[in-house]
Amino acid sequence: MKFTEEHEWLRVEDDLVVVGITEHASTQLGEVVFVELPEEGTTVTKDQEVVVIESVKAASDILAPIDGEIVEVNEPLADEPGKVNEDPTGDAWFFKMKASDLSDLDEMMDEAAYNAFIG
Amino acid sequence: MTDLKQTVLHSLHLELGAKMVGFAGYDMPVQYPLGVMKEHLHTRAAAGLFDVSHMGQILLHPKSGELADAALALETLVPVSILALKEDRQRYAIFTNADGGIMDDLMVANRGDHLLLVVNAACKDADLNHLKAHLSDSCVITPIENRALLALQGPAAETVLAPIAPVVTDMKFMDVATLDTDFGTLCISRSGYSGEDGFEISVEDLHADALARALLGHDACEPIGLGARDSLRLEAGLCLYGSDLDETTSPVEGALTWAIPKARRTGGDREGGFLGADRILLELENGPSRTRVGLRPQTRAPMRAGTVLYASQEATSPIGTVTSGAFGPTIEAPMSMGYVATEHAEIGTVIYGDVRGKRLPARVSNMPFHPASYKR
Repeated sequence: MKFTEEHEWLRVEDDLVVVGITEHASTQLGEVVFVELPEEGTTVTKDQEVVVIESVKAASDILAPIDGEIVEVNEPLADEPGKVNEDPTGDAWFFKMKASDLSDLDEMMDEAAYNAFIG
Repeated sequence: MTDLKQTVLHSLHLELGAKMVGFAGYDMPVQYPLGVMKEHLHTRAAAGLFDVSHMGQILLHPKSGELADAALALETLVPVSILALKEDRQRYAIFTNADGGIMDDLMVANRGDHLLLVVNAACKDADLNHLKAHLSDSCVITPIENRALLALQGPAAETVLAPIAPVVTDMKFMDVATLDTDFGTLCISRSGYSGEDGFEISVEDLHADALARALLGHDACEPIGLGARDSLRLEAGLCLYGSDLDETTSPVEGALTWAIPKARRTGGDREGGFLGADRILLELENGPSRTRVGLRPQTRAPMRAGTVLYASQEATSPIGTVTSGAFGPTIEAPMSMGYVATEHAEIGTVIYGDVRGKRLPARVSNMPFHPASYKR
């Protein structure tokens, strides 16, 4: 699994990049009450706002971690936003991307580097 | 963050694992390890303890010795009947300004030979100056500097407090009592800001920590932070001064006309005679141009403060703005309050909020969103 400084995790499954937020991020956000997912088929560029999550505290944007196309979104999350707190690195993935260049992931933090990053 | 004041319970909050934030100049607990959502639900199910010591407590003693003189003096600053407030009773009031806007909202208690005012933290210095400027001839005005204020809210509040203050079992909503206890002299009112039954307890600083620990020692009682305080009060349809009410909104626009009795209205015994009466009495007769309403967003997306409101998907000019908005843990849905042009204020009207560039529907709705359970 790879990690961004925006507290997202990326996991490659069947040539697709699955994206979610880290346990650390979900704890910091507090209880998530709303998730707005992008349309499947949307082409996005790195750092574009693609997901909105609202917690009991505030709204936050999730940015596209790499260039690519959103090919699948986790629809059930919209009805059960609390899953983001319960299982942020498992069931509560946000979307799957077809990466323009999978090697973009190479430079990203691994788990040890991310753990050091959040201190 | 360096200049934040601390309440006398500051070290207890840290010991309980609170996450602290700056609020109205104080370093206050926004949540405890339980988290905002569970703190909210716990308060509605059992009892929650809130530190509200940042709020201002001010005594008004009539110089004449006659309480009616203090009551009449205070009536020059609030469009409320203080003269009709009976001993050991409390009521809601509003400090208006000369333009008919709201300077602060407050609670006033009749404590026999004097009045006790509880005002908002962010306004307390201005309120004190305002009282001194207008009432010094008739009243001795004393800010209380050595008392903390605790709010104990929820259906189990009476059970939690009764062992310490047995009198509470006989109190009804908005009753006030003063009594000597193991924790010094407590001034208790049966009131609060959550929509639940509950109490607000003024306690000397030196006993505050021990009292808070005694209350928290009860299985039913958990400490609750400002985060849940906000979602609780919003579900209860109660205004937050500075968000839902401010110096530009009148009590009529703010849908607080229930607090203005006949006696202070046109044709009443003590008609007008408060700051801003011209505008307020006129609005009472003709209706305000904008009105505070409750809103139930029709999707799951919360409409937070600042969301601009429109009459339709296509309309180009706004009809109002959301002033408070959050997810309601008890109603399990988003909820907002805000101001709309009065022609759009009818219950059931569907209007649209601009949420991140999308017009999402919201229905003008009755408040409270969650029914109050005061002990009448």
